[in-house]
This record gives sequence, structure tokens and C-alpha cells, in this order.
Amino acid sequence: MADTSSARAQILGGIRKALGSAEGSDEARRRLAVHPRNLVPVRAQVPHDRQVELFATMATEVAATVERLSGLDDVPRAVAEYLAGLNLPAEIRVAPDAALDTVPWDQRPTLTVTKGRARDTDGVSVTGAFAGVAETGSLMLLSGAERPTTLNFLPDTHIVLLRRGQVVGTMEDAWDRLRVQGIAGTMPRTVNFITGPSRTGDIEMRIELGAHGPRRLHILLVED
Amino acid sequence: MQPTTHAFPENARKALSDERLQKVLAIAPAGFVNRRKQAADRLPEFEALRDQGRDLKNHVLANLDTYLEAFEAKVTEQGGHVHWCRTDQEARDAILGICRKVGAKTVTKGKSMISEEIGINDYLEANGLTPIETDLGEYIIQLRHEPPSHIIAPAFHLSKKDVEGTFRQAHTDLPPDRVLDDPKVLIAEARQVLRRKFQQADVGITGANLMVAETGSTVIVTNEGNGDLTQILPRVHVVIASIEKIVPTLEDAALVLRLLARSATGQEASAYTTFSTGPRRPGDLDGPEEFHVVLLDNGRSALLGTEFQEVLRCIRCGACMNHCPVYGSVGGHAYGWVYPGPIGSVVQPALLGVKEAGHLPNASTFCGRCEAVCPMRIPLPKMMRHWREKEFEQGLQPANMRKGLALWGWFARRPALYHAATRMAIRALGALGRGKGRFAKLPLAQGWTRYRDMPAPEGKTFQQMWAEKKGKR
Amino acid sequence: MAEKRPTPRVGLFVTCLVDLYRPTVGFAAVKLLEDAGCTVEVPSAQTCCGQPAFNAGDRKTAQDLARNTIAAFEGFDYVVVPSGSCGGQIKKHYPELLADDPAWAARAHHLSARTFELVSFLADVLGVSDTGARYDGTITYHDSCSGLRELGIKEQPRRLLGSVEGVTLNELPGAEVCCGFGGTFCVKYPDISNRMVEAKTADIKATGADTLLAGDMGCLLNMAGKLKREGSAIRVRHVAEVLAGVTDTPPIGETFGGEKA
Repeated sequence: MADTSSARAQILGGIRKALGSAEGSDEARRRLAVHPRNLVPVRAQVPHDRQVELFATMATEVAATVERLSGLDDVPRAVAEYLAGLNLPAEIRVAPDAALDTVPWDQRPTLTVTKGRARDTDGVSVTGAFAGVAETGSLMLLSGAERPTTLNFLPDTHIVLLRRGQVVGTMEDAWDRLRVQGIAGTMPRTVNFITGPSRTGDIEMRIELGAHGPRRLHILLVED
Repeated sequence: MQPTTHAFPENARKALSDERLQKVLAIAPAGFVNRRKQAADRLPEFEALRDQGRDLKNHVLANLDTYLEAFEAKVTEQGGHVHWCRTDQEARDAILGICRKVGAKTVTKGKSMISEEIGINDYLEANGLTPIETDLGEYIIQLRHEPPSHIIAPAFHLSKKDVEGTFRQAHTDLPPDRVLDDPKVLIAEARQVLRRKFQQADVGITGANLMVAETGSTVIVTNEGNGDLTQILPRVHVVIASIEKIVPTLEDAALVLRLLARSATGQEASAYTTFSTGPRRPGDLDGPEEFHVVLLDNGRSALLGTEFQEVLRCIRCGACMNHCPVYGSVGGHAYGWVYPGPIGSVVQPALLGVKEAGHLPNASTFCGRCEAVCPMRIPLPKMMRHWREKEFEQGLQPANMRKGLALWGWFARRPALYHAATRMAIRALGALGRGKGRFAKLPLAQGWTRYRDMPAPEGKTFQQMWAEKKGKR
Repeated sequence: MAEKRPTPRVGLFVTCLVDLYRPTVGFAAVKLLEDAGCTVEVPSAQTCCGQPAFNAGDRKTAQDLARNTIAAFEGFDYVVVPSGSCGGQIKKHYPELLADDPAWAARAHHLSARTFELVSFLADVLGVSDTGARYDGTITYHDSCSGLRELGIKEQPRRLLGSVEGVTLNELPGAEVCCGFGGTFCVKYPDISNRMVEAKTADIKATGADTLLAGDMGCLLNMAGKLKREGSAIRVRHVAEVLAGVTDTPPIGETFGGEKA
């Protein structure tokens, strides 16, 4: 691979010359360290109950479907009925995520459950999420050894388990959570903010769902 | 992509007589305009966010070196590589080098204007690789060997019949008698065909709407999910981005993202906003094994410290062209290169030179709608005027126009002569026009009278009549 | 409005197009200002605001003409302009044009602060709500770009027209879309300009109005010229003419007796 260090020196040198600056800025370094918030819209800065309602409303607005469940125990039934209602085969590819370990899949033996990254033939995936962002109805998903990103994109139908307590107001709130709860403060390989199913308007400006990613996004909102 | 910007008037003429294009232009921009307005009206803080966006990007530009270095350090820390490229050729070579090193054959691509700017597709093809656009609009125009006509909706100018024709021609292994008359069916076919390509790809190239210095992350904003499949399936993920795309922190990314989706498509958020940081981590079940960021300068740093610096705040939302009446009359191809519309009118002369792109800053009425909707408050008409000033200094304006304005200026500096001369000219013109009240033909004014009548003047100047009145008082 | 002297002393900046093409507008402006309690003078040292040179990239000529204008209008309480584009040039661009000239920078700011487009001066500064005019007709109104975006003129003409007896106001769809004049743009890129003005006249005709008004002669000449070429009977005037009740001059592009001779 070509060494681009002389290009680097020239580019940075050119920038410094144009700005009339010598060796980098304390103001910039401080901003990086402190990462202050900019103006955050008030829309989602409401009590948590209202945030959860807002999340459901916004997600539904972008053609995700939201189902409320009383507990993780209810998940297998909800998934089986959801698939049956759409006439889809009762086969799901589940993330090998420790957070989903307590879901009693065996209570629903008609559901064929396998775990791992998504394969070509997987039509339905089930994953957890790191957070739900109420302001836009977005799901925040992190990649990891137990959370393969392909589950979010390859199958036609993506089912996400989101616990009520995971709903936050804004993307800023979500970043704060990641900084605290993330692995030693480092970013995962991929952070996806997913807002509704895949779509395109590229043909005659008509919006159609299911371009390359899932055409269905079904959110199971579980009471903690 | 070879520019045809110098032929803008000819391109525009063709576009104006292209009935299919004109049908699209009659509807499509209005859709963007309405959706953007709805989204902006729905968010009370939208105007304040525009101010903050402008201020943030100004801060970034004033500290660009620090942020780029911080970004590089973080990328490297996570196991990624940063390639600094001064020119489009260096960027092409860097990308080809990465592909060669892993013996790549098939390369999938997410939508990236920078990749158009450096002409990477043609270069990879010439070197024996197969690049495949995966954004639906880009895929369609790639099959048709056409350039994009809009930075958000590249196939903006095509009808579904056009797309059907293209798919029939290209997807020869599918049954020829299949029905393809509906966008749903067309999309399903593209999904099926491209899914195979996603799986085959050795390298995936995406652009970056943003780069985050704090974490060494690149960010893409899509609705289809193609950018994501492009980066998580192949062994190698290459990000190509120009240097001014950097923002300091994750919070700053949140600010820009609020402005971007609303300004581009009127969405609260696009379907997929993805932050990519380095290669896959130990234990990950999927994701690329290599992560490369190709940082491109190609004329950007040369704009720092000049009167054009503000154009570097651009976040490629497309709002300016959606609202521009000139773009709305001729479409994107007329602009002859990667960046059309008002942003193109400022950026093309900067990147291609004023000789190639000189028409664009002149083909504007300075109506100001672009600046009114730009989320980063870039004063686009002012920048276009600066280009006109440069052209004036270099004597590049058409000679008769320069002479005409010079003559006008000469008189206007001399009020007494001005009033006397205009008095005479208007008396003559007024006499000629008295019969009908207007001229269908007027020497020296064919540009005007080709399409409209020229109303006749009243026959006396106001100054003359005022002086006469004062004389009577 | 708080700084209004009992009798404001107004200098009228006539503008080239009004001066040369349609003095009626200048007289309408004078009438409106005098009826509202101002004294009006028309300094003869004024010529052109310099916008054509400014937009053509000829900064030097633009600066010279700015100085000429500033000097001609020193001493007036207000400078009033029956044009959004000339008004915008003086109010918004003069200070920037002369920012680096220590002898003129402050004077440019001083002129800018005292300069107003005509309709916004009447409505916003003098608080005029009714000009006492009468006009029988259905009007549609085009928002000139500079007036709208540089000077914030939108509500004021509509409000004042609403007070004119006999007027019905039909809102123009796309009122805020450029008519395609743009100074030299319309002769440099005539094909594109034509497309823009065609779209504009289609919108105008669809309103069913019999009268088109705007606040800028450039726009008006452009739109009237196109309407006449298309054989339309729609009457085109400057908004000042209707507000002042000065409609004995034929509409733009017509003669006495109405349509073609």
C-alpha cells in the first residue's frame, strides 16, 4: 500500500498555512474531551412515560409496527402470532445475545429457532437493541460478538426486542448511555440507528418499502 | 467524469426541449420542497439549529488540522488505516492499491459524490475490476452509462418505463416475459439482483456524510440499507470522503443529522444512520476485516482563508437545487459534472476552474431561495457573485456585455450627462413605441424579444418631468 | 416608527427603470408619501444604484456609484425606493461594498439605516393602513425576490391592497418563485429565463385575476412582456400606482384604449 505520509504533511501544512495557525488548537482538543451538547429540541425532553409513547408514535409513523408486551415470557407467542398473521414460515434467526437468553423459546415448539449471523436463506431475524430514541422513533443497535449486524439487514423481516427502560429521549441521551455502559468507552464496529423499514423513492419519486434492507420492522416493546 | 460544464447553454437548451425531463421537473422538485417545509415547520428549533450548524462548521474549518489529526489517531487506534490524498489521481491509486492487495474482483459501492468526482468506477474497470453501484438510483444510471442528475435522487430524470427498459436489457438471465410495469416489481428485481452482488463483493466502498473526530467513526445516511450491506459483507470496507466532512464529536454529529435528513428528504431521520468505526472486533461474527478511510483534498484546503471558505460547510443535502428555479428548468445533467444546482455553481469553478465552469455562477438570477433553505446558511448568491468578480477581473465576461455595462457606468457617474442622454434615448424609444405600447422586435435586444414583447417607455424621464414640474411651481 | 419627525423629509430614489421607463410610478410614490405626511425631494445628482455593475462583478463601478448615491442623499430623514432590488442594493450591499473605505464606510451604514422600499416604508415606518384609493379589479401579486428575501416585504403590500376599495386579491401560487428577470440573466440565458417566465405567466393566468401587481419594474417589464406576447389581456402595473389611485396611464405594455393598436 502506498505511503501517503508526504501527502498528509502537505495537506495539513496547507491547512495550517491558510488558517495562519501553527500546531493545533486547545479549543478543539477541549471540545473533543468535553463533547458539549448543542441545542437539543424539547420534543423528547419529557418524562419517561411520555418518551415511551413518543417513541411508539414516531416509529409507527415511519411504518415500523409496535407491539406492547408485558414481559420477555410473552415474546415467543408474540413472534409466532406475528409471523402467522403474515403467512410467513415460523423460522427465526436470533442474535446469540446474552440479553435475549432468558426468552423462553421452547415454550413455542412450532417456532424453529437458530442463532448466529444472518445467512442468505434467513427470512426473519430477532435481535435486541441498545436503546430506543424517542425523538425520531429510532432503534440504536450495536455490533458485537453476540450481535451480528447482518441480522439487521439481510432478512426480509426484522423483529426487535426493546425493553421499556431502554427508551431514551434523544440521540444525545443514547450517546451518553453508550459512553457509560459501552465496553470500556470504545465504539463498537457498527452503531446502527434504524428508523423504520428500508425504503426508496428512486423510481418516479414514489416511496416503496424493502429496497435492500428489511421491508418489515416489528418492534416488541417489553415492560421491564 | 468528463465535465461538459463549458457547454452549459447548449446543455440547457437540450434540457428545455426534452419533454420527458420537463415532465419530471414539473413535479419532482415540488415534492422535495413541500416535504422539507413540513419537516422544518414541525420542529420549532429548526432555525436555531441552522445557526448552530453554521457556527459548528465554521469552528471545524478554523480547526480543521486538529480535528483531522484527532480523527486519524482514533481510526488507527481501532485498527483502521487513513490514506491522505491531495488529488483525485492519488485517491484512485490508493483505492486501487487497497483492492489489489486483497485480490479484489467485485467491488460494491454505496452512493458517494466524491467517488463520482474522482471517477473511481471507470478507473477500477480499466484495471480489471467490476464496480457495482448498489443505491437503486445509482445502479440504474450505471446500467445506462449516465451521470447522476441530482445528488440525493440520481435517477430523478427517469420514468419507470425507462427503468423497465434498462432492466430488461441488463438482467438477461431473468424470464423475458416477466411483468415489470410497477416500481414495486422493479425494486424487487433490483433487490434480488444486487443481493447476489453484495455477497460476491471483495471490497465495499462507501462515502461518508460525516466523519467524527472524537471516535474515528464515519457516518452514512441512507434509506435503502445498501450502504450497510456494502460495508458489512465484504472483507474490506473503504470509506472515501473529502476532508471538510469532519465534525468534532458524537453530539455534533447529532446536530448535523437533524438538519441533514429534514433538508434533503423532509424525513425526521433516514431509515439507516450508521456509524462505522474500524474493522470487526475480535469475536465479531460479521463485519469487514479491514477498514480504510481515503481522505481527499482535491482543492478543498485551497478554499480555506479565501472568500469561498463558507462553501466548505456544505453537507450535501440537495435543498438548494430542489428550490432553485434554474435547476428546476434544466435539471442536473445540464450542469455538466458531479455537483449541480446552486452548490455546483459555486463548487465547480473552484474544483474545475473558472474557464471550464464559468457559465454556472452567471446562470443565476440571485433570487436567493437557495440561501434561504441551506441548512448551513451558506451565502450561495454571494459566492456566485465572487466568481463573477473573478471573471470580470480576468476579462472573461462576454465583450458586448462588458462594454454595455462600462458605457452605462460611465454615464451613471456623471449625473448631468446621464440625465441628458437618457432623456434623448427615451424620447426616441418612446416615439417608436407609441403606436402599440410595446415592441415585438428591438435591435440589440434579441435576447429579450425572442420570447417576449418589450413594453414601451412613457417617453419622458421622471427627472425631466420633475424638473418641469418644479419649474412651474 | 418611534423616531418619526412631525414631517419626515424624504429623498426619493427614483431608480433607473422608473426614471426611464415609467415615471408614473415615481409620481405615484410621491403622492403616497405626501399623502402620508412627508415632504419629498428628488435629488438630481442620483443616477443608478449600481446593482447591474455589482452583479456583473464590477466592484469598482459599483463602489463609485454607491458613493455617488450616498452623497446625493445625505441630509434626508429617509430615503425611499419604489423597488426591492435597488432598495436591497442600498440597504444590504452598500455597507459591505464600502466596508474597507474608511471615508465612506460609516456614511454607507448611515444611508442604509435610513433607506426603505416604498411599501414597507408606508406600512412599517409610517404605519399607514389605508391609502384611500379605489380600484375595480381582481388583483394577483408577485413577490420580487430581493424585496422578499433581502427586505422582508411580504405582508405589507397585501395588507395595503386589502384596504383599497373595490379590490379582490387572489393569491398567486408560487408568488415567491423568481419570474426569471435577474437583470442581465434574462438576456444572457434567454432560454432558461423564458421557461421561468412561462411558468410564472401560467400561474398568473390560473388565478383568474385581471390585474398583476409587483413592486419592481424589472419583474414587471419581464412579466408584462411575456403576457402581451402570449396575447393576454391582464393589466400589469406597479403596486404604487394602484395604492396611489394613479391609474390614468395605460398599464405596462399597453396604449390608451387598452389592447393592441
